[in-house]
Amino acid sequence: MSVDKQTVAKIASLARINMSDDALERMVPELNNILAWVDQLGEVDCTGVEPMTAVIPNTLRLRDDVVDADPLTGGGIRDKVLANAPAAEHGFFGVPKVIE
Amino acid sequence: MTESTYRIQGETGEWEVVIGLEVHAQVTSHAKLFSGASTEFGAEPNSQVSLVDAAMPGMLPVPNRECIRQAVRTGMAIEAQINAWSRFDRKNYFYADLPQGYQISQLYHPIVGEGQLLIEADEKNGIPEDKIIGIERIHVEQDAGKLMHDQHPTMSYVDLNRSGVALMEIVSKPDMASPAEAGAYVRKLRSILRYVGSCDGNMEQGSMRADVNVSVRKPGGELGTRTETKNVNSVRFVMAVIEQEARRQVELIEGGGAVVQETRLYDPDRNETRSMRSKEDAHDYRYFPDPDLLPLVLDDDFLNECRASLPELPDAKRARYTGDLGLNAYNAAQLTLEVEVFARFETLLAATAKRLGKAEKDVATQVANWTLSVAPGVLNALGGDAKLEHNTAAANASILQMVDAGTVSGGQAKEIYEIVLKTGRDPEEIADTEGLKQQSDTGAIEAEIDKVLADNPDKVAEYRSGKDKLFGFFVGQTMKAMQGKANPAVVNELLKVKLG
Amino acid sequence: MTDLTKLGVAAIRNGVAAGEFTAREVAEAFNANVAAAAALNAFIVTTPDHALAAADKVDTDRAAGRPLGGMAGVPIGMKDLFATQGVQTTAASHILEGFIPQYESTVSGKLWAAGAGMLGKLNLDQFAMGSSNETSYFGNVISPWRRSDGGNAALAPGGSSGGSSTAVSAWLAPAATGTDTGGSIRQPAAFTGITGVKPTYGRCSRWGIVAFASSLDQAGPMARDVTDCAIMLGAMAGFDPKDSTSLDLPVPDWAGSLNADMRGKKIGIPREYRMEGTDADILKSWDDGIAWLKDAGAEVVDISLPHTKYALPAYYIIAPAEASSNLARYDGVRYGLRDLPEGAGLQDMYAATRSDGFGDEVKRRILIGTYVLSAGFYDAYYNQAQRIRTLISRDFENAFKDCDVILAPTTPTAAFALGEKSDDPLAMYLNDVFAVPASLAGLPAMSVPCGVNSQGLPLGLQIIGKAFDEQGVLNAGLAIEKRAGFIATPEKWW
Ligand SMILES: [Mg+2]
Ligand SMILES: [Zn+2]
Repeated sequence: MSVDKQTVAKIASLARINMSDDALERMVPELNNILAWVDQLGEVDCTGVEPMTAVIPNTLRLRDDVVDADPLTGGGIRDKVLANAPAAEHGFFGVPKVIE
Repeated sequence: MTESTYRIQGETGEWEVVIGLEVHAQVTSHAKLFSGASTEFGAEPNSQVSLVDAAMPGMLPVPNRECIRQAVRTGMAIEAQINAWSRFDRKNYFYADLPQGYQISQLYHPIVGEGQLLIEADEKNGIPEDKIIGIERIHVEQDAGKLMHDQHPTMSYVDLNRSGVALMEIVSKPDMASPAEAGAYVRKLRSILRYVGSCDGNMEQGSMRADVNVSVRKPGGELGTRTETKNVNSVRFVMAVIEQEARRQVELIEGGGAVVQETRLYDPDRNETRSMRSKEDAHDYRYFPDPDLLPLVLDDDFLNECRASLPELPDAKRARYTGDLGLNAYNAAQLTLEVEVFARFETLLAATAKRLGKAEKDVATQVANWTLSVAPGVLNALGGDAKLEHNTAAANASILQMVDAGTVSGGQAKEIYEIVLKTGRDPEEIADTEGLKQQSDTGAIEAEIDKVLADNPDKVAEYRSGKDKLFGFFVGQTMKAMQGKANPAVVNELLKVKLG
Repeated sequence: MTDLTKLGVAAIRNGVAAGEFTAREVAEAFNANVAAAAALNAFIVTTPDHALAAADKVDTDRAAGRPLGGMAGVPIGMKDLFATQGVQTTAASHILEGFIPQYESTVSGKLWAAGAGMLGKLNLDQFAMGSSNETSYFGNVISPWRRSDGGNAALAPGGSSGGSSTAVSAWLAPAATGTDTGGSIRQPAAFTGITGVKPTYGRCSRWGIVAFASSLDQAGPMARDVTDCAIMLGAMAGFDPKDSTSLDLPVPDWAGSLNADMRGKKIGIPREYRMEGTDADILKSWDDGIAWLKDAGAEVVDISLPHTKYALPAYYIIAPAEASSNLARYDGVRYGLRDLPEGAGLQDMYAATRSDGFGDEVKRRILIGTYVLSAGFYDAYYNQAQRIRTLISRDFENAFKDCDVILAPTTPTAAFALGEKSDDPLAMYLNDVFAVPASLAGLPAMSVPCGVNSQGLPLGLQIIGKAFDEQGVLNAGLAIEKRAGFIATPEKWW
């Protein structure tokens, strides 16, 4: 499969990456090169083969319903959570106004 | 099955409405789905946010067993297929309330498959018979954070306290055909969730929200294009949305337009839905299995515990109330609607039966009437003067015992109950000291009856010559003479003897 | 006095424990080397105080007779993909510039608990995406190695753990952490003549490591020799309840159980790895390796890994797909760069921030990943790639019925010059052709230096083991190490 400039623009927008016209032009052949190369996967007959779900046979472990059992994954750390925020306001993260 | 007769009257004739609901129910748990932060409602902004919930670099999700358990129990309560092998997927989109840039949800392999829910007939609201509504699936997913738009002129504020709280998304089939059916469905679902204990059902706090899918079609015709109105947070609004949205779609189609498949928002102030432009381009969610999480495999022990811990559910309870307890259908329905109500009823029923040494079924109607009408009447009348800590099963049972024994009348029982609620005093002591007891002393009653008969010789003669209806007159006169405190049963009995 | 910076992990730890020198002396010596090597650009930030503080604690503990950890007194370099509390963590990206984590990754925390100290945060390919360390926002890392042709071409140290490979091979650190998603420990180790181990997927916690591709990412040690790697891996590995994919298994005493005797062991030689375009020097080193392992008593058997050819393209669907989603959190809201053009709305802010913050290779992979997951393509690309991954995993399973470990080259060529492949993404990707299959199957694998090519550049041999059998991998590595007698070292020019 291959992509055109319009498709790349659409993907870039889905991925929230601004791309200039130039950048789009440059990206089209690069992506097509890569896509043409990965297309060889289509040769492989995968009938009856399940997609891999766990690289090492293992199932999901569940944790107990305990608040702040481990401080590293618990709450009550607002200062830490906001420490790197570009715009922390009154305990909130500030973002450009959203109109819903 | 009798179909719903609900129709939208358009210019070109009648239209049917097809409704499906996706209900998001917050799972009752102490900690979030994938982090240890608290789920408590109403905390300071961002105070219940872990590094995981804020999607700091390198953070990883570890699922909360209780959230999984509650989803499974809910699935079992709607007799659904439970998938012992399920997995989590990522739903990718960008929004300020979604720190990871994806919601961990389940698309391909949900934990609960098809099930069903029964809504009861409600003739006057256009539900002629009991109806089964199909449920497509229940999956577990993360809630998003909250945006506040009115605190700053150019900024929205983000609070991530809700971010990562566990939700069950309960997806119905498009089996509903009227606002009333949808309302009944949401009420019934809420009731089941509360029975199971998997969600507190608190719609004001957002513990339950519905995405309402509506389309219209000519009766029996092809399905129309549907719209999805998001996050509707009361039964009343769900019904209003359906009405508004169906009407809007009919007008649109009849005006030569076409319904666009889109996400809409309900504005309760204006009672209308409008398009949510801000999420318009978010349709390609690029779902794929979350590589941070392995497949979720539930073993038999886990599933057995889930099943064993299920309480008696609304339909079964209602059947038992009408069957074993001999209650009428109305009482049974009312008593089983809310967890608090049946809990109060069953406790009082047990206490009363024990006190009277009778079988539960022999006192059930009496206790039901007390629970549904007498007690709430007194409580409401008292309002804030009632101290609920005094409203014990023991006190209630004691009053019911006196009523049953004929010691107090219905009216006296209410008066005693009122004093109990205000003061916490013992009901029997109140009856004794406040003179709130019926006279059952045959001597005193006999004396009054004799007086009444002597004062009304003509009526006595009429009665004896066959005018049976006059019996009530003698009862009334006797009761009046006794200032209402005579035991009516004793009065009846004595009158019958004296009148011959 | 001996040059302490010529010592490895075991020698430093043992010397400190025996009182031959203090941990502070070691830290100071390495701090000095680090400070003098700015030309290599191996570090994004240096943290000499961290190294000294850790050393002082070890010296104090020793003086007080308290037990010392397995890495006591060893200062190391920390790949800047590991979150380090209070120390900038960037993944070599502008989008995380200035980000100061309020938490410590599990692996780095374990290393500090074992008595290691931190010399600094090591440069890498941006978000670990690259094989040459040319995608870092903070500039290329330059390999300390030069070709023996008299030219001064700056060479690639490999990637993505290129800061790590450079720091160890240039004697700036006795060891460093690496992460390996599709060869990012083994390939740079091979390029710089050091030893690197990617353990079984799940051995080392991923908690606190900036994610690239979750189902592939594994941390591991990079050091001078097999013993040092075994010691350091022991300190890094272990069950972590904060990582759902963490293996709930005890950590074996790998270092204590090292054994180079290969008698009774079968070494598999995968015929599909004899690929066109593989350097003659590389093929020769492979033959050397076979001979050494035979000499160590092993039996050599031919094996087949029939889906090898598809591993790399499958990887270049799976890894970008996971990355496109893992990197969605870099949006300018909670940390890192925010680019807010005049009048921009929320979604504009995202697009501007991410456009400005991510480098070209990162964008390229995000776009590929977004594309292969988008509506209508998911099955043909992502699911097909994951099916092929199942087949690749089965290939290994079948092969391991006939052998204990697999021997192969680590890379198809020795180190290339910076700039040589940076315009051709595909050519760059092909560098990981031998490394990627083990990553897709989650298997333990290592690269061990085995000699130099005709230009005097180091070459590495790769050993791939069964899941959980790090010991078998390390033992075979040790057998090669003992016979290869690799002593080449870059001449100091920086
Ligand atoms: Mg929905
Ligand atoms: Zn949902």
